Amino acid sequence: MSAEKKRELQVAALENGTAIDRIPPSQLFKVAKLLGLEKMDNTITIGNNFHSNKMGCKGVIKIADKFFAEDEINRITLIAPKVILNIIRDYEVVEKKTVTLPDELVGLVKCNNPKCVTNNEPMPSRFDVIDKEKGTIRCHYCERKINKEDIIIK
Amino acid sequence: MKSKSLVSIDQCSKEDILRILDNARKFEENPNRKVLEGKVAATLFFEPSTRTRLSFETAVNRLGGRVVGFQDASTTSSSKGETLKDTILMVSNYVDLIIMRHHLEGAARYASEVTDIPIINAGDGANQHPSQTMLDLYSIQKTQGKLTDLNITMVGDLKYGRTVHSLIVGMSHFNPTFHFVAPDELRMPDEYKNFCDEHGIKYYEHTTFDEEVINLSDILYMTRVQRERFTDLEEYERVKNVYILRNKMLEGSRENLRILHPLPRVNEIAYDVDDNPKAYYIQQARNGLFARQAIICEVLGINI
Repeated sequence: MSAEKKRELQVAALENGTAIDRIPPSQLFKVAKLLGLEKMDNTITIGNNFHSNKMGCKGVIKIADKFFAEDEINRITLIAPKVILNIIRDYEVVEKKTVTLPDELVGLVKCNNPKCVTNNEPMPSRFDVIDKEKGTIRCHYCERKINKEDIIIK
Repeated sequence: MKSKSLVSIDQCSKEDILRILDNARKFEENPNRKVLEGKVAATLFFEPSTRTRLSFETAVNRLGGRVVGFQDASTTSSSKGETLKDTILMVSNYVDLIIMRHHLEGAARYASEVTDIPIINAGDGANQHPSQTMLDLYSIQKTQGKLTDLNITMVGDLKYGRTVHSLIVGMSHFNPTFHFVAPDELRMPDEYKNFCDEHGIKYYEHTTFDEEVINLSDILYMTRVQRERFTDLEEYERVKNVYILRNKMLEGSRENLRILHPLPRVNEIAYDVDDNPKAYYIQQARNGLFARQAIICEVLGINI
């Protein structure tokens, strides 16, 4: 068997579903958690530290028979903004998509203001995305602005 | 207003502000109007604040309404671990209006989302205190005869002072020119300078507080420089007496200049200023009553 052939066999091909490619290896399990994969019954393949020409090393998640809604998938932009979504139908990639931050993040991010009501009451956090390019968000309640590098995922 | 609650000054349009101020003027002419007859307001002060609470309760009483409430959360069920949501929902069963102060930031917005009863935010931690802004705007309009094209100088703690931040937002509809006077450690945050840039508002920053900037001003808005705000105590010692207004500094000031302060003051306005007719901070607090009467009517949809 040639080396190329072996590489192809590392991950099984999807008949229908979504393949999330170019996940930074350090973020792979966080992405899995954010997408709630542990609660899904679909067949899921998770692979990490694959060789990538573009980024050296990458993680891949393949989910059979799952096509994400925009707001469902966009939440991973927070931790993996450069992933590529391959939408697969009948073994063919029919669409390649990137992710963008949604307008609002509910229950995903912890407000880093200890005096914020969301950190002291049983309630979901809620942030307005005020700069999609820079990744700046603002707490809907205490109005604290948080820069991308300071965002804490719940 | 988009919402019938008043949580933050930025939800008020220019028209909202002008209408509320116009109603405040009517209440100043006659504060006793029985438009709240048969209505009950709750004042929920999870954190004590004598001035704000008394002013709101006086407002409700002069409007002919009744007040229930508390001024110390330690005597309420929140000390037993009841959530804010449950307290708000419980009180909503009894009253027509909730006026609340809370130490947690965002508490009033959250409360306005869990109940259909109008909420007036009487201060949520260091976040918002819109009735203070409304009374500041009313005081400016009343003393200057207008709100447009004024030179407003803000002095002291411009970094943490929520009253100055909200005043910038409230004044942004009226083409002001701002002078920000503060020590380096307490400079106006970029966020608010960006806000000015986006709204085409002129502003100038100063670290020196002297006659030069005072003589340019129509309004001098003084705030307290607090020791605990400094990381470098040497810096505090160096600047603590720099941002103090003394009577002799007002000699060359404009005739229409008025000095405002959200109170309480400590030493940032010398006592010799009190007798100067340009000192307005005590009357300013009195205006709080009329502004709050107008706000109460606004959230309840009562026309004056």
